[in-house]
Amino acid sequence: MNEELLDEPLIIAGRAFRSRLILGTGKYRDNQTMVRAIEASDAEMVTVAVRRVDLDRTKEEGILYHLDPERIFLLPNTAGCYTAEEAVRYARLGRAAGMSDWVKLEVIGDRETLLPDVAATIDAARVLVAEGFHVLAYTNEDLVTALRLEEAGCAAVMPLASPIGSGLGLVNPYFIREIKRRLSCPVIVDAGVGTASDACLTMEQGVDGILMNTAVAEADDPVRMAIAMRHAVRAGRLAFLAGRMPRREVATPSSPVTGMLA
Amino acid sequence: MRDTIRVMLNGDPRDVASGRTVQTLLGDLGLHPKLVVVEHNRTILDRARYGETEVREGDTIEVVHFVGGG
Repeated sequence: MNEELLDEPLIIAGRAFRSRLILGTGKYRDNQTMVRAIEASDAEMVTVAVRRVDLDRTKEEGILYHLDPERIFLLPNTAGCYTAEEAVRYARLGRAAGMSDWVKLEVIGDRETLLPDVAATIDAARVLVAEGFHVLAYTNEDLVTALRLEEAGCAAVMPLASPIGSGLGLVNPYFIREIKRRLSCPVIVDAGVGTASDACLTMEQGVDGILMNTAVAEADDPVRMAIAMRHAVRAGRLAFLAGRMPRREVATPSSPVTGMLA
Repeated sequence: MRDTIRVMLNGDPRDVASGRTVQTLLGDLGLHPKLVVVEHNRTILDRARYGETEVREGDTIEVVHFVGGG
């Protein structure tokens, strides 16, 4: 059976992706491990951050020394921004790097939990959409915010599974399902996945994809975890499409109850 | 004319050779113009203008690039 035919591609802003897994590129122990994990994951899109060049060269060189934008689609983020204005500035810088008009919009509202400032996120989304950006907006699992972001013209809405870097998994499957049910644009769960079962369970809610970073980067063996995540996202997606059996509070035998020996 | 001018470069005061354009300043810093983005006095500079944009005393220049992130 050709498994490619079992699912549709993920389409965001008119661009098709075979893989429903999007990876972050932060926190890897070295660039070689990052590149190998990305290849093993089959992800076709990875996020990158915009930061000052270290003019004293004591830190790593830019990521473009390690990733080929011809082979992997780079999605600049606005991570670390706390106001709409700051996020818009970072988005423009990311676009000026010349890769695309896409941005992963993230406006943080609280330093302890890294939960989003949803009002500022909506404001920034409106500005960026008006400037022609394809905005993929990180948000919490609040349905009304997700609806507002879609109304603002976002190309995808990205509710969290749990706080960034927490690895707590999917804390609110009901609201994630509600967001998916009510929105027409792609819903990508972003942040909080800790291991393969989290990714699988998240995809089983029917969402269009998952963006993760720490779960792979901070695994003892990131390349193995990247492969596990590739399978988990695929497994969860196919299980969703296949349609699960109903839950029952009673057992029902799988073998015939007739024809038993006397 | 002094040999150096003082600019704010990536948040720090820095003395750079006078008479530089953004293009030659990046060269002095050993940076590849295609791998960085330059914000000059809060305005993002088109790469095509690096060669004609002069660096002046008191300018604020930010040089950014892509790094790993989630």
